[in-house]
Amino acid sequence: MDLNDWILALHLLSAVALIASVTVFWVMIVALWRTENPAAVTSFMRLGIVGNVLVTVGSLGTIVFGVWLAISLDAYKLWDGWVIAALVLWAIVGAVGKQTGDGYRGTAEMAAQLAASGSPRSPELAAAMGASRAFWLHCLTTVLILAIVVDMIWKPGA
Amino acid sequence: MTAVLASMRPDSWNFPLLLHIAGAAVFFGAVTVAAVTQLTAARVAEPDLLRRVAFRTLLIVGLPAYIVFRVGAEWIHSKEFRDGADDPSWVGIGYLVSDLGALVFLVSLILAGIAVRKPKGWLSRTSGVLSVILLAGLVVATWAMGAKPD
Repeated sequence: MDLNDWILALHLLSAVALIASVTVFWVMIVALWRTENPAAVTSFMRLGIVGNVLVTVGSLGTIVFGVWLAISLDAYKLWDGWVIAALVLWAIVGAVGKQTGDGYRGTAEMAAQLAASGSPRSPELAAAMGASRAFWLHCLTTVLILAIVVDMIWKPGA
Repeated sequence: MTAVLASMRPDSWNFPLLLHIAGAAVFFGAVTVAAVTQLTAARVAEPDLLRRVAFRTLLIVGLPAYIVFRVGAEWIHSKEFRDGADDPSWVGIGYLVSDLGALVFLVSLILAGIAVRKPKGWLSRTSGVLSVILLAGLVVATWAMGAKPD
């Protein structure tokens, strides 16, 4: 085993963390779909934190170790079409994912305030936990990450 | 060296590999959900909701994802090692974690299911700890699949 094998393993672990984070957020979205109950939303705060850790580790790890491999291995070049496609998709995922996170972070803060004030129900919260802008952005993030995985495996043009 | 070899994969391996990787990653996510929700259920306002989510996630997401990643693994194994030669140690690590992991997963799933009906703290905690152990095994297996130690 040489250094490149370790880098590939870390790249793969990062990819698994990124896809796992999408799964975690999907479970939260489905479990809290159109809930009016602020306490239900706040109960998932720790899971949300773990999901954010997975996103951070996955996003940074895939790009750092991926670029490292593209430079280090003779078989790949940074300017290969499939590598450029992955980098562009990764950047778009980062931007869309940030918008998604901002949307749901605002909803979580709203739920925390409602729970602190003792409010048992909120139609506004239910709307935010349904088919909101953040929800559709999460759908887009999922599709983009799937596209990256397909690109990484098939390596079109390589 | 194995990183270079990985770049020379036949196209016919790609779809089984996609199933294997995507299934394993979604399984990892499902087990993460179960671990966190079970271990934090006692400290939140809606503990029953978290226990329900843990069980349903393991059953509806985790179990199908495990089957998909295992089918993908067998499929690609049948293509990569078709001459009956001995498996390298990284494949052995994968099978070991996968087989033991299935056992740990089933016990965790059963405990999570009982915890939904009889919300006793130790059931949730035990299920959560088993999920954490399973996650550690999955990290080791994922490392082995990438680094491919001889």
